[in-house]
Amino acid sequence: MSAISMKVNGKAVCGAVEPRTLLVQFLRENLGLTGTHVGCDTSQCGACVVHVNGTAIKSCTALAVACDGAEVTTVEGLAKNGKLHPMQEAFREHHGLQCGFCTPGMLMAAVDLVNRKGKTLDEETIRHELEGNICRCTGYHNIVKAIQAGAENM
Amino acid sequence: MENFIYHRPTKPADAVKAMKDAADGKFLSGGMTLLPTMKQGLAAPSDIIDLGGLGNSGVEVGADKVTVKAGTVHANVATDKGVKKAIPALSALAGGIGDPHVRNRGTIGGSIANNDPAADYPAAVVGLNATVVTSARSVPGDKFFTDIFTTALKDDEIVTAVEFPVPKRAAYVKFPNPASRYAMVGVMVAELKDGSVRVAVTGAGPKVFRVPEMEKALEANFSADAIGGIKVKASGLNSDMHASPEYRAHLVTVLARRAVAAAK
Repeated sequence: MSAISMKVNGKAVCGAVEPRTLLVQFLRENLGLTGTHVGCDTSQCGACVVHVNGTAIKSCTALAVACDGAEVTTVEGLAKNGKLHPMQEAFREHHGLQCGFCTPGMLMAAVDLVNRKGKTLDEETIRHELEGNICRCTGYHNIVKAIQAGAENM
Repeated sequence: MENFIYHRPTKPADAVKAMKDAADGKFLSGGMTLLPTMKQGLAAPSDIIDLGGLGNSGVEVGADKVTVKAGTVHANVATDKGVKKAIPALSALAGGIGDPHVRNRGTIGGSIANNDPAADYPAAVVGLNATVVTSARSVPGDKFFTDIFTTALKDDEIVTAVEFPVPKRAAYVKFPNPASRYAMVGVMVAELKDGSVRVAVTGAGPKVFRVPEMEKALEANFSADAIGGIKVKASGLNSDMHASPEYRAHLVTVLARRAVAAAK
């Protein structure tokens, strides 16, 4: 077992993990942060997207030990003081989810997209940038609308 | 995933030593191929030597050469202003690998050491006549990729950087698999500063290959029409559920023409 520590959603956390423990397992099983989902488990679907040191990654394809010392933000870290993040609010407003399984990854990818490309995003850019996030309900139309609106409000 | 002993060296020499001491070790860079492979049980190394601790990341842009350190993630190559200006084809290629989250993790060193037949970077290394710098030596791009998933690297040798000469003009065009974004076929066409032309094809065969006939035609006349009649042979090309060898052979000419037209 390896001892690791991270800052997750602003809080210092630590734990002992096997080297093979994936970041998503550490978040869900050790920390109980089950907002981050495991969808395909083959790094295709993006349900597991979290931010590590400010960039979006697929947490099902990262070793927890390799993230020792990192700052991690999960979907649980978006809302502040009981108030939804503008991107979460936009997903609610624009019906950007159906079953909701892909939503945490969509939200984290969307916030990362705004961080990289700014608040004014055209539809084509959003669709292109969502390459790594799959919605099995195929609700992309409203997801795109939600991201466009959420970006403006960030 | 089977368990393993985890190492995170901070010096290349320590990484090499850890590999020498391991029963069946594997170097880990971004992990975008190795980790999924291990999760599926297709690989079960005794030791993982994580190169992330080396801090070997960054890009240096000179007048004649762009050096990309091995640990540089695709996103950084894609967005680096200097690379965009010096070799726009290289930044476009890096920006088309996988998806945004994969580009934030996958590295150039990992990609070329893995030598997936459908990976994009091998086309850049061979097409731009790059040199691969390792912990032991420098290897010309043409000699680096030896066979499917096989390179000139020794078991305990690490890629440390890739040096790309700045070309006169170049472009990379790929036909991405709609699901994985891997290249079903990808073609890098480059006119180098000495006037020579390179056409490097990835995705179509077991490993990246050049098309000398097209190169010769383009050296005489750098236009899409100059290679319209040149076809590569389908025999020996990859065949899978996505495309037949004949279809891939057809795509090579189509994409090479597009790359010539787009070269800048």
